[in-house]
Amino acid sequence: MSLRGKAAIVGAALAGCGEAHGKSAMEITVEAVHGALADAVVSLGDVDAIATCQPLDMLSGLTLAQELGLNPKFTMNNRTGGSSFLSHTLWAAMLLELRLADTVLICYGSNQRTASGKLMTALGLPTYEAPYKPMFPLSSYALAADRHMTQFGTTREQLADVAVAARAWAQKNPEAFIRDPLTREDVIASRLVSDPLRVRDCCLVTDGGGALVMRRAETAKDHPRPPVYLLGGGEGTTHRDISEVPDLTVTGAAQSGATAMKMAGVKPADIDVVQLYDAFTINVILFLEDLGFCKKGEGGAFVENGGIAPGGHLPVNTNGGGLSCVHPGMYGIFTLVEAVRQLRGDAGDRQIDGAELAMAHGNGGVLSSQVTNILGTESTL
Amino acid sequence: MAAITLDSEMTDMKNSPGPDAVFAAKLAEGVFEIQKCGACGAHVFHPRVICPTCGSADLGWVAPTARGTIYARTVVRRKPERGGDYNVVLVDLEEGVRMMSRVDGITHDEIAAGLKVRASIGEGADGGPAVVFRPERGAS
Repeated sequence: MSLRGKAAIVGAALAGCGEAHGKSAMEITVEAVHGALADAVVSLGDVDAIATCQPLDMLSGLTLAQELGLNPKFTMNNRTGGSSFLSHTLWAAMLLELRLADTVLICYGSNQRTASGKLMTALGLPTYEAPYKPMFPLSSYALAADRHMTQFGTTREQLADVAVAARAWAQKNPEAFIRDPLTREDVIASRLVSDPLRVRDCCLVTDGGGALVMRRAETAKDHPRPPVYLLGGGEGTTHRDISEVPDLTVTGAAQSGATAMKMAGVKPADIDVVQLYDAFTINVILFLEDLGFCKKGEGGAFVENGGIAPGGHLPVNTNGGGLSCVHPGMYGIFTLVEAVRQLRGDAGDRQIDGAELAMAHGNGGVLSSQVTNILGTESTL
Repeated sequence: MAAITLDSEMTDMKNSPGPDAVFAAKLAEGVFEIQKCGACGAHVFHPRVICPTCGSADLGWVAPTARGTIYARTVVRRKPERGGDYNVVLVDLEEGVRMMSRVDGITHDEIAAGLKVRASIGEGADGGPAVVFRPERGAS
């Protein structure tokens, strides 16, 4: 039995992206939920399974049920970090296919920018890292970037080009938080934070929320918008703490991507548009390699000189990504919402013509959890 | 104080301090030791209850050679008035385990992957004992 094409996203919405003054994380979440239910034309009372993961509320699934006034059959609160939501879609597809639930809601929200101005997390430094005071999570990604540069000759300029491409996409997205021009030189001149990563290698700190409604494929066309089918999904977890990573240059995306693409019956060259969890510029290079868009060690060359920018050889992070569009602490759900928009043809100036097959890829922890989803239009079933 | 041992018998394991506590107690005594699996021979760090290579609970403590090689390095940039820059590294010990640490006695910019280093016990950010490294002088 395969889950390929058995479930579909029938509603999607964002809320509170950028700055949402005076709102709590859960209020932003519920605004997104309201939007997604309206998009799907689904009644709140029809929701019988929910999924969320919020950084500061360990029991956020219960909080969500309470806020929505629901008594769900399933409350999913699995916590793999920012990748959680791409895992939730897989669990949703399982519940739907087994007919244990009929309508699944997946959502997230954070007010971290207006509430604190920085990443809000309940996580402390690991026991065997705390004595050395790495910046959390930035130094972990800096170590990965340092190793990639050492081992493969990846350059400072190539890292910068990831941020430059994200900004170029953001300039086509009226919802993106930062749309000013950004050059390679700007990135390299920005403040050094944890070598080799500079401020412009780092994602934004914004508020924002997103929500999705999933239903079985057989009922997906009962909703007004074109369904976006989940064709494949896969996960990989290689470690929790960066000091325990088996190989700093190979992430669990190698496993999650292969699993997802096998289930979907597709290969990287088939994918029309890619949404990657770009908390830091090095992520994109690592994931493009591990997901098979280029060979290991060649990610730097792949992104160089506009390779993933508008007009490049692969459209990556068409909303502007976490680097330039939105990043409220956990970015995973935004990869899914942008994939949905592209596959519905709703992406405005940044629309990829004829996009039928999308990849959304989430990262959790410090390159620790990797979860890949393959999504497609009806034509891909 | 009495030597702390982690017996492989599960009954004894229940009555012994966990490996984190054993490691910390040794470090407080000025001793840096890592675990070695009696079943498969793999060295283990961080300290664990069972061997992540083979699953055996037969983990004993051994003194590493203290020699290692820098795997990756970063420098956290901080204003001088807030204490200045400091380095954070991942070190591969000769025994095949990796750990996070810091390299003292060398400028940050001289630290790079491949640098040979030697462990000693220094002070961590919290003021407690921590394994730190210095360049292995004369190493090729």
